[in-house]
Amino acid sequence: MFEHLTEKLDNVFKKLKGKGVLDEESVGLALKDIRMALLEADVNFKVTKNFIDDVKGRAVGREVLESITPGQQVVKIVHDRLIELMGGDASQLKLANRFPAPVMLVGLQGCGKTTTAAKIARFLMNQKKRVCLVSADVYRPAAIDQLSILARTIGSGLFESAPANDPVKICVDALNDAKTRGYDTLIIDTAGRLHIDSSLMDELKKIKDSVNPAEILFVADAMTGQDAVSTAETFNELLDITGVILTKVDGDARGGAALSIKAVTGKPIKFIGIGEKLDAIEVFHPDRMASRILGHGDVLTLVEKAQMAYDEKAARELERKIRKDSFTLEDFRDQLMQIRKMGPLEDLLAMIPGFGKIKAMKNVQVDEKEFVKIIAIIDSMTKKERFDSRIINGSRRKRIARGSGTTVQDVNRLLKNYLEMRKMMKKLTKGGGKHLKRGNFPFK
Amino acid sequence: MGNMNNKEGFFNRLKEGLSKTRKGFVKNVDEMIFGEKILSRNLFDDLEETLIMADLGPAFTTELVEEMKYRAGRKELDRPDALKKILKDHMREILRDSELPLEIPRDELYTIMVLGVNGTGKTTTIGKMAHQFKKAGYSVILVAGDTFRAAAIEQLEIWSQRVNVPLIKQKMGADPSAVAYDAVHAAKSRKANVIIIDTAGRLHTQTNLMEELKKLKRIVGREHEGAPHETLLVLDATTGQNAISQAKMFNEEIGITGLVLTKLDGTAKGGIVVRIAKEMSIPIRYIGIGEKIDDLRIFNSEEFVNALFA
Ligand SMILES: Nc1nc2c(ncn2[C@@H]2O[C@H](COP(=O)(O)OP(=O)(O)O)[C@@H](O)[C@H]2O)c(=O)[nH]1
Ligand SMILES: [Mg+2]
Repeated sequence: MFEHLTEKLDNVFKKLKGKGVLDEESVGLALKDIRMALLEADVNFKVTKNFIDDVKGRAVGREVLESITPGQQVVKIVHDRLIELMGGDASQLKLANRFPAPVMLVGLQGCGKTTTAAKIARFLMNQKKRVCLVSADVYRPAAIDQLSILARTIGSGLFESAPANDPVKICVDALNDAKTRGYDTLIIDTAGRLHIDSSLMDELKKIKDSVNPAEILFVADAMTGQDAVSTAETFNELLDITGVILTKVDGDARGGAALSIKAVTGKPIKFIGIGEKLDAIEVFHPDRMASRILGHGDVLTLVEKAQMAYDEKAARELERKIRKDSFTLEDFRDQLMQIRKMGPLEDLLAMIPGFGKIKAMKNVQVDEKEFVKIIAIIDSMTKKERFDSRIINGSRRKRIARGSGTTVQDVNRLLKNYLEMRKMMKKLTKGGGKHLKRGNFPFK
Repeated sequence: MGNMNNKEGFFNRLKEGLSKTRKGFVKNVDEMIFGEKILSRNLFDDLEETLIMADLGPAFTTELVEEMKYRAGRKELDRPDALKKILKDHMREILRDSELPLEIPRDELYTIMVLGVNGTGKTTTIGKMAHQFKKAGYSVILVAGDTFRAAAIEQLEIWSQRVNVPLIKQKMGADPSAVAYDAVHAAKSRKANVIIIDTAGRLHTQTNLMEELKKLKRIVGREHEGAPHETLLVLDATTGQNAISQAKMFNEEIGITGLVLTKLDGTAKGGIVVRIAKEMSIPIRYIGIGEKIDDLRIFNSEEFVNALFA
């Protein structure tokens, strides 16, 4: 998601960067584009308005106009403000104070609560927690079955809900049961409902009052339009939610509404769902997402993922290489191999700086076949070639293509992508790489 | 498919279901048009806000507002209520082309494939459609083509029991094409009229999963000439501008012949319909206005706009 917004802002900033001096008029012009991009991204109308007013106020100030790099100043302001809008630091679940700690998931129909319940359970189980799931959805056909199957899949505990029972009673019984069975977290999946359905909203309030949840998480679809804000507001007013989970972030929705939810509820986005698999959930990092919006890749998430799946040393090495601009084709291959084991290739590629921008790469189907091809091409190179791609001339390309059972065009494309990627990495880390820390924006 | 809806009932229920939509939208438009005696700059700003908040999208909204300003400048609009009429006519015109209800023949097998992203309301819509078709005298077979999501088969099974129509299913994880294959043959031997195939929700960006749908479509077509006769894309009305991307990509990959817009009972805005209608020439067959078996309406542009502006 956010990709289109990224592209649009990129264009705006390119225009700004080309200008030596920034006058009020050109700031205004850029902000008009930014406003359209935000609205197109489903950022709420009022949130957009505040955002633009705010940025305008800062961008035409003296320091900006008189600074040597006014374009970058505007970029910085937009970037900082976006981070602010999405909510400060990453915030964790707060469960420690109670055993078992009830976690309640609420939201509209079809936003992804049930899958998210299982994902959170799995996430907590990975942190050695003992987790029990319960479905309070007695309305949607087979909703209880769905959660039971998911609980079995991840091996969590399950409280068997009787569809004939009252959802409030189910939750109370489940909590008592979880206590006797020694679980430390009880995740409650509730039925999807409209915020204007007062009797069903009332039911949520009753559940809240009877189990006193440690967390009430509002689950929202990243594709939601302008209405997201009023929905979230109503749920928040009634239940005083503790956080938001954004789902279906793996799609191409620009996700602007999610930015707004934070702005109107003041509650942090804690997780994002990035796929249908039960491990496809991530802690939300506003700063990283802001960088992603601005199209500067997400080196940190990449590095962190690498650390999780592999040893820290290799990850550090990768980070060092990205900084030093000594990222060879061999590294490129190793990286792809690691990535394949780590999860959805597209997601990870999007995090590599510049990948989102490389047109050729965007349309490449990163399926298994394509992947095998890339590996085969790199494997068919000599060690020397892998370390210095500049020596790969026409005849070498032919040999490599033959050796890997691909075409010269395939080899050319790979080399082009690799070089473009290096170029992006270089850009990102210019300035000694000291800006690579989280929250720091790599200004050139 | 004939007129299987009681006209009176339909209109009332539609209005009832859309009352939230209407209230939210028209309250604003009315307030700003009748509340104000002169056409001011402010009025156009308010108009912009209303349209954007209704998910019409900034580009289309700008276009619309510019058009109104132009007409106001040429004194074609000297009264605020003239503005309202123009707006209403414009929307009606855009939506009119999308109004084309499904026509299901009585004497041949008709196959409907239902697609969409996760959670938009495919399975529920299938249950509601089956109910309508059955009431209209068709014999319907449901196909549990979502073999991926946990308990998706059970969900459709419950709907098939509610409606009392047969369900063709296999185990979770089975190839949806194989299930559809069974269904086509079952329908032929049972002389059924309508087959409705449920599919697993998938993001339109998941190209690999599109292949599965292409195969499903191919197999159905191979086993029965001309099938699927209707490929329905189910869109969630709470979705913002991304619904356009969904419609375009599913259409490019699979080919869409009709749209269903669900959850219009909930959102305060229905503007996405207008944008979809404007950008794509795919008929909107139904709208969903609730979770109950009767909460499905044939899309009707006249009634829709009237319900919005009445
Ligand atoms: N309020 C409302 N809810 C709906 C409507 N259509 C479907 N739903 C609900 O949306 C959720 C997802 O529906 P489902 O049919 O399972 O979606 P699928 O994943 O696309 O098959 C369920 O809770 C349905 O009851 C509608 O028109 N209005
Ligand atoms: Mg379904």
